[in-house]
Amino acid sequence: MPGNAELPPKTRGLTAIAGAMSLIAVLLIVQIWLLSAALEVFLAGKRNSALPAAIFSGLMFLICFGLYLFVDRVDSDVRNSGGE
Amino acid sequence: MNWLRRSSSEPLWKEEFSIRTADERYVTRRQLTKFLVLTSFGMFVGNLWILLRSLFYKTTAYPQQRVARLGEIPVGGVKLFTYPTQNDHCILVRIAEHEHVSYSQKCTHLSCAVYYSQESNRLECPCHKGFFSIADGSVLQGPPSRPLPRIVLERRGDELIAVDVKVS
Repeated sequence: MPGNAELPPKTRGLTAIAGAMSLIAVLLIVQIWLLSAALEVFLAGKRNSALPAAIFSGLMFLICFGLYLFVDRVDSDVRNSGGE
Repeated sequence: MNWLRRSSSEPLWKEEFSIRTADERYVTRRQLTKFLVLTSFGMFVGNLWILLRSLFYKTTAYPQQRVARLGEIPVGGVKLFTYPTQNDHCILVRIAEHEHVSYSQKCTHLSCAVYYSQESNRLECPCHKGFFSIADGSVLQGPPSRPLPRIVLERRGDELIAVDVKVS
């Protein structure tokens, strides 16, 4: 088993991107659940859970956006390195 | 904004329409990531919308409307009416000699019309077998997660007047 440093840049990049995408997918599932739960509570006439739900959803979006920037940077770096 | 600058030396169109299969994998994964992040933003906007609706929620003043006369329906009988608008269908049930209850007829699951089952003394939704308590409109069984909105009734003389809608 070669260490991470010995792997070709594209393989390392692909692994990093796949990892980041998995994290984004997990966060997205949590966000979808949060939205449906917040909507359900809102329709039930309770108004006090909307603020924490919006804050957590915003935090998760920021994490997703950060991961996207990471993916973009890794992607550009790997293609600039030109190595297989 | 240095972290937003593209570090690739290739023009954007060459990056996005690469002729090499290995590069294409990167492009498609980056596009998928973009799509996922955009969806995440959509979820956040949805939560913001709920927050704004909660902050600027106005309590509606419901009209007073005559629903039925006291002896109009027998014990165990029902009467359908609309309240507060013509599009809001409601059901009035006489559950005892001197007791009437009224709920919105719209199931809180997928808005099918609920009906009163006299044998089991509950409100039932025929679409997905959601059952509601006749006493308070709470969910007894099935997919609905919220109770039926209750129509507040007032007795004035020998008439029942709808005066308010209580959600949850």
